[in-house]
Amino acid sequence: MDQRNNGGEGGGKRGGWSWWYLLFVIQFAVALWPPLYNRVDPTWIGIPFFYWFQMLWVIVSAVSTVVVYLATEH
Amino acid sequence: MEHVNWVALGIFVLLFGLISWLGFAAARWRRGDLDQLHEWGLGGRRFGTFVTWFLIGGDIYTAYTFIAVPALAFGAGAVAFFAVPYTIIIYPLLFLVFRRLWHVCHRHGYITAGDFVRGRFGNRWLALAITVTGIVATMPYIALQLVGIQVVVGALGISGTGLMGDMPLIVAFLVLAAFTYSSGLRAPASIAVVKDILIYTTALAAVVVIPIELGGFAKIFAAVPAQKLILAAPGPHSSGAYSNYATLALGSALALFLYPHSLTAILSASSGHAIRRNAAMLPGYTLMLGLLALLGFFVIAAGVDKLPEYAAGFKQFGNNFAVPALLLHSFPSWFVGIAFAAIGVGALVPAAITSIAAANLYTRNIHREFINQNPTDKQEAQMAKWVSLVVKAGALVFIVFVPTQYAIQLQLLGGIWIIQTLPAVMLGAYTRWFNDWALLIGWAAGTAAGTGLAVAMQLKGTYPLIIGGFTIPGYIAVWTVLLNLVVAVLLTPLLNALGPRRAPRDATVAADYMA
Repeated sequence: MDQRNNGGEGGGKRGGWSWWYLLFVIQFAVALWPPLYNRVDPTWIGIPFFYWFQMLWVIVSAVSTVVVYLATEH
Repeated sequence: MEHVNWVALGIFVLLFGLISWLGFAAARWRRGDLDQLHEWGLGGRRFGTFVTWFLIGGDIYTAYTFIAVPALAFGAGAVAFFAVPYTIIIYPLLFLVFRRLWHVCHRHGYITAGDFVRGRFGNRWLALAITVTGIVATMPYIALQLVGIQVVVGALGISGTGLMGDMPLIVAFLVLAAFTYSSGLRAPASIAVVKDILIYTTALAAVVVIPIELGGFAKIFAAVPAQKLILAAPGPHSSGAYSNYATLALGSALALFLYPHSLTAILSASSGHAIRRNAAMLPGYTLMLGLLALLGFFVIAAGVDKLPEYAAGFKQFGNNFAVPALLLHSFPSWFVGIAFAAIGVGALVPAAITSIAAANLYTRNIHREFINQNPTDKQEAQMAKWVSLVVKAGALVFIVFVPTQYAIQLQLLGGIWIIQTLPAVMLGAYTRWFNDWALLIGWAAGTAAGTGLAVAMQLKGTYPLIIGGFTIPGYIAVWTVLLNLVVAVLLTPLLNALGPRRAPRDATVAADYMA
């Protein structure tokens, strides 16, 4: 699968588009939409939602990035 | 501040000595001919996933981050947490865009963004604009790292007036300059590993031990005033704090990998796989940044800003003294020594990478392009080594003679400037559609507008954009890079029609951007 695609537009096995990248869009949209998480309740071990949700979203994003990596690497 | 904390100082000096030795010894690590620029300035592009992780981490999590992010949380509250969505965004960017850049730079032997733009668009003036922006934007970044060292040295109890007061800083920088000169990028790469072990230890200890001392997170957040706890809800006809928060995160993320030192760390990776793997692994750092931001609230809850023994520190360093005071208050002296060494070394790593990146830029894209077009490999590497010294001396002079506040404001301007290279560098990684002169004019428009708006807003960084009676406050970098893009898009067909009819110059082909 090492053939190079001189056209560049679509069809490239590596470096081209993959539908898996849509996971990144979800990652971005949530992270950049503060009304979603700008609240105090529910708290978790005393930490307001605003803080623990964004930290949790880091973990979700990390997992989704690993999924995209594994799905597009081969 | 009256008496020196000898135990902490002893451990601090010991760790600093160890790090310096490591910096010099690094010259022999993965040995290469340091008389070649790509060996000195990119570590021979030999760093695998592991080392690249620490190098990129060394760029993102610096002494200044360690001091300033909690200081912002302490002073301004929730908005400081924009650092978290910011880091959520950077990794997909790394994954998609910068892997392409790695491939094309690897294939053509490019070592700077200027090299890439010169090859892609065949326009030396556009490359010069990218280069000068990179150098100018990174200078205050080095100076800021020195602020980090200044604060911890002050917190150790060492004070003095005039040149004596700056002595520790000068010594630290002489050592830094010497090992950067002799070892090149291998020095910060090897130190970065130790730095991260120290920083992780400190951060984990702080978020576990201090909340226990303070009686749990519920008590800590109860001490935080309501207006600092979450973002203020926007009023009518305005997106208020929400758009501020989101554009700060987005703009900072877009700017990050355009900085020369980030690109240097990326290009030193041994493969595109290493870049992608890093994008998947680096969020481990992000969690730590979030935890660090929480330290600002620990400061509020512990009330260290009201204790008389730290009053002098807060008076001298302002909110930047919050973290050192908290560490002094919460930990035994020996651990304070480790924590402060972590911050100090956290300054050396990015300062070294940055000065190397600036040296690479000057040598390749100014000296070689405009002064001596056919240097030998040895002349080129020697030039870069000298420039790295000049850059650091400049930063040192800046921090000794210019008020700290200016360094912070210049850093803010640096972000606004560097993001203007986005159309040529990041979009250039995908398309050659843009006309090179249109990109240059777009860059000039964005840079001028960004600087003007920032000055008009008294260097606050955000500007309330008003569209049809609706106010959208946001990061100036985002507004002005949009202007930059609009100008470049509108002028491209126009200039193409006016210009000579020929295929656009491009030294790269589509296949160069892929594995």
